[in-house]
Amino acid sequence: MSEVVEAHAGHDDHEHHGPAKGLARWLFTTNHKDIGTLYLWFSFTMFLIGGVMALIVRAELFEPGMQFVVPEFFNQMTTNHGLIMVFGAVMPAFVGLANWLVPMMIGAPDMALPRLNNLSFWILPFAFSIMISTLFMEGGGPNFGWTFYAPLSTTYAPDSVTYFIFAVHLMGASSIMGSINIIATILNMRALGMTLMKMPLFVWTWLITAYLLIAVMPVLAGAVTMMLFDIHFGTSFFNAAGGGDPVMFQHIFWFFGHPEVYIMILPAFGIVSQIIPTFARKPLFGYDSMVYAVASIAFLSFIVWAHHMFTVGMPLAGQLFFMYATMLIAIPTGVKVFNWISTMWRGSMSFETPMLFAIAFVVLFTIGGFSGLMLAITPADYQYHDTYFVVAHFHYVLVPGAIFSIIAATYYWIPKWCGRMYDERLGKLHFWLSFIGVNVTFFPQHFSGLAGMPRRIPDYALQFADFNMLSSIGAFIFGFSQVFFLYIVIKTIRSGKPATDRVWEGAHGLEWTIPSPAPYHTFTHPPRITDAEAHS
Amino acid sequence: MNQSSLRTVRKLIMLALGMFGFAFALVPLYDLLCELTGLNGKTAGAYVYDPARESVDETRTVRVIFITNTNADMPWKFWSEKGGVEVHPGELHTVNFFVTNPTDKVMVGQAVPSLAPGLAVDYFHKTECFCFERQVLQPGEMMEMPMRFIVGSELPGHVASLNLSYSLFDVTDFVDLSTEDAANNPS
Amino acid sequence: MSVNKHCTGIRRLRTAAGVMSMLASGLVAADELNMRVGVTDISRQVYDLHMLILWICVVIGAVVFGAMFWSIIHHRRSAGYQAAHFHENTRLEIAWTIVPTLILIAMCIPATRVLVAMYDTGGEDMTVEVRGYQWKWQYKYLDEDFDRTFSFFSTLTTPIEERHNLSAKGEHYLLEVDEPLRIPVNKKVRFLVTSEDVIHAWWVPDFGIKRDAVPGMLNELWAIVPEPGVYRGQCTELCGKDHGFMPVVVEVMPQADFDAWYASKLVAEQERQQLESMVFTHEELMTQGEAVYTKFCASCHQPNGQGVPPVFPSLVGSKVATGPRDDHIRLVLNGVTGTSMQAFSGQLSKAELAAVVHFERHSWGNNTDDLTQPVDVANAAASN
Repeated sequence: MSEVVEAHAGHDDHEHHGPAKGLARWLFTTNHKDIGTLYLWFSFTMFLIGGVMALIVRAELFEPGMQFVVPEFFNQMTTNHGLIMVFGAVMPAFVGLANWLVPMMIGAPDMALPRLNNLSFWILPFAFSIMISTLFMEGGGPNFGWTFYAPLSTTYAPDSVTYFIFAVHLMGASSIMGSINIIATILNMRALGMTLMKMPLFVWTWLITAYLLIAVMPVLAGAVTMMLFDIHFGTSFFNAAGGGDPVMFQHIFWFFGHPEVYIMILPAFGIVSQIIPTFARKPLFGYDSMVYAVASIAFLSFIVWAHHMFTVGMPLAGQLFFMYATMLIAIPTGVKVFNWISTMWRGSMSFETPMLFAIAFVVLFTIGGFSGLMLAITPADYQYHDTYFVVAHFHYVLVPGAIFSIIAATYYWIPKWCGRMYDERLGKLHFWLSFIGVNVTFFPQHFSGLAGMPRRIPDYALQFADFNMLSSIGAFIFGFSQVFFLYIVIKTIRSGKPATDRVWEGAHGLEWTIPSPAPYHTFTHPPRITDAEAHS
Repeated sequence: MNQSSLRTVRKLIMLALGMFGFAFALVPLYDLLCELTGLNGKTAGAYVYDPARESVDETRTVRVIFITNTNADMPWKFWSEKGGVEVHPGELHTVNFFVTNPTDKVMVGQAVPSLAPGLAVDYFHKTECFCFERQVLQPGEMMEMPMRFIVGSELPGHVASLNLSYSLFDVTDFVDLSTEDAANNPS
Repeated sequence: MSVNKHCTGIRRLRTAAGVMSMLASGLVAADELNMRVGVTDISRQVYDLHMLILWICVVIGAVVFGAMFWSIIHHRRSAGYQAAHFHENTRLEIAWTIVPTLILIAMCIPATRVLVAMYDTGGEDMTVEVRGYQWKWQYKYLDEDFDRTFSFFSTLTTPIEERHNLSAKGEHYLLEVDEPLRIPVNKKVRFLVTSEDVIHAWWVPDFGIKRDAVPGMLNELWAIVPEPGVYRGQCTELCGKDHGFMPVVVEVMPQADFDAWYASKLVAEQERQQLESMVFTHEELMTQGEAVYTKFCASCHQPNGQGVPPVFPSLVGSKVATGPRDDHIRLVLNGVTGTSMQAFSGQLSKAELAAVVHFERHSWGNNTDDLTQPVDVANAAASN
């Protein structure tokens, strides 16, 4: 992908002869661009694998009755679809984008800890091989939902659960190390003149996300360690018989789990905040409030976790607190949506593919936000909890939310990464297929949830049939469009038209001042920060 | 890599380790919060009954219903002599519970209480309860276990009935039978 | 079979096309699209709250997206529009921070009211314990004297043929049980929800109530249902492989009907307990069994058990007499249609039936290691 840079006269002592050749390059690289590439390809692969699992689920749910799989296997598919998408697709994709973009955006030559960076990546294929291999073990793979509540995931779990725990530990370690790297880079390696409030918003969102990750991934590690002890060493953290409490598992899990979902969306906010100003040819509206909004969302994310547990039997005071705190998050989130629209307002907009995905993000993520607000209302949540209404909500914020932002980022920055433009017609086609697919898949799920269809069931009563059929059709359309996306990406890399350095007329930021494709080593000498190159 | 980066890294590693420890600290924290808020209906430990301090409130009665359950893998029979009682707040009552072990092995059981509504937890005091300790039963043995309690007179007026449930679990594998036997105190 | 498949394929396509055009023309039944109002006061309050929040979101969405799409249409480069340069406006930002805050506070008020109403658990007329199992519900009734009266399991009855698409699906596919929970109309019923094994959840959408069933923990729930009828819900917490197959069915009955049913259940429970207390030793069962066998069975199956095959099968080492005990009991209870083997449920008491089955299983070299007590006959008969 990156071109080899010929040694310049007057260069430092480090005479680079470009990247190594062959497999060794990818195994041992400490270059942030290579590692970004590795993360992105890894996440795309996991996205397709998790997608196949989703299609198995949707195929079974196409009609009432059991047609293709048995319930035990169905539960493994829903569980692993969730685990792979959360930990294998969305998170590594954002880390890959961070690796590629953060050093360039702040004028740094690489990440603060390049070798740790390599390790952080290579842990992941190892961890996911373990996790996916559990599907082929005796007793099957994890079948207790991606949220793995005890005691279903402890006393009643298949034997492979120990491997699952090990894989989770590995993924967590990778995330923590990657986050330490990102924070160290951002805090210490910005070029002179790039103050914190001049950083591109994408860098801000990643700075805050990295702190969230360091705060909560260890809590997840604690939860699965307690599970491990309950399963193998006779403790009773979550076992009522020994004086433990299954509900405590939920508290600990969601203390991680809620910040986790913000971890999965804040970088998306950052991406969209880069793309919209470019295609509106207008600076981001309200940069300062955008930063404060992200910080408030991150802070609030720590005090709302029990809104995932409204039906567990908490006392009234607890229910009220979590309801109010959850509703509060709508305020900074709303501020961000208004600011994006104000950026567009009276801009001079063009609608290339990245902009299409970014606009769809704003609309559809907001719809997901509205269903989230409805879910926050505790008495109403008794009717929504554990139904497809919840499934619709989180897929709206994750698919046309996080995933669309990653796709938008790919279209937007791939000319910088590989020096070639994607085919605009194909990109637009991909956009419309995805947009239609995502809505046909997930909008009907609001209705099946309201009609009373529970989550995580392989078969359902007849009144849910129409919406399920529609949803399954949409799923296959969406799935096909992502394979089409793979084709577009490969075609771009191999035979796209050469790209200019600036690529996009309205683009601002340090990454657009260097050649396309970006040289293997960039900003080996720190750049001078002018206002033109500060945040857009 | 420069010094400032190293300092940042060290601080962040401490933060990560600290949060890992925090996860484990959540265990006692959670119990503390349960005690404070009555979440999960966990009743408290033994209560010291001082008749001089208690005043019986004859103006109201509170129904206390007993529910006994054995967990799936627990073959013991477990029942109470009465399904429930009507009491005055401040009065000391005794209800007998019974367990039998129909198997041919020595077994150890643990009863786990849960009180509903949760807010009543602060007002339900047990001076003696088999749930305070494990019960060892020989094969075929039956045991009578009195439970003595007082419904505190400070129980909010709108609460007119309480449901106390005991779930009996088999903890034979979790205990060392020799010490358990010696310590066993058929209450 | 193949003709069926072909027709099914075309039917599926037609259904898909039909659904899409129905949605397009907005003719889909309103109750399919929205949460149900339900039949209780609480469910109605919840529905109203849901609609309020939904409408607020729709209005906000319309305004916000309206502005956005207006901008997309008018502020485009291709139309020659020149970009402005503003990028902040503090007053505007304060405004759109404060206004949403006020809207949220306004939402909190009715939400708090409904939640407080749901938590008012006092003054109940009746209590039922709801216990989740993998994968069925058990209901236990407690009477005014607080004694446990009777309990029963409530298990899905949808036939496996329907689930495997071998026969047409009934109207209440996956929402039908052998014995529903029965409660009287217009009485405040308190449900005490717990679990035997993993976490389940008990939900009746028409009552607007849902609560997790947690092992070792008792959760309280209540409902006052003003309309008789049958109301269906499902387990709503992943609990293992048959999570989707443990429905909740509640039949709300007029008080008189409920009382009659309740009385009949008490009688049945008394009988069951009597039977359960009748526990005979192996010797007692053999003695009585031989007497019953001689009187009722020996004429066909012969005193030596060898029968007169093929018309009267031999019981010596037979699959029935050495196989599963409950199948053996059911065969004697129900007979075999099309043969001379009668149904003996009407002719023999449960004690007699238990004895003769036991005798057959332990004679002529048959050496099963089970006992057959009268309560086993009752249980086998019930789980037919």
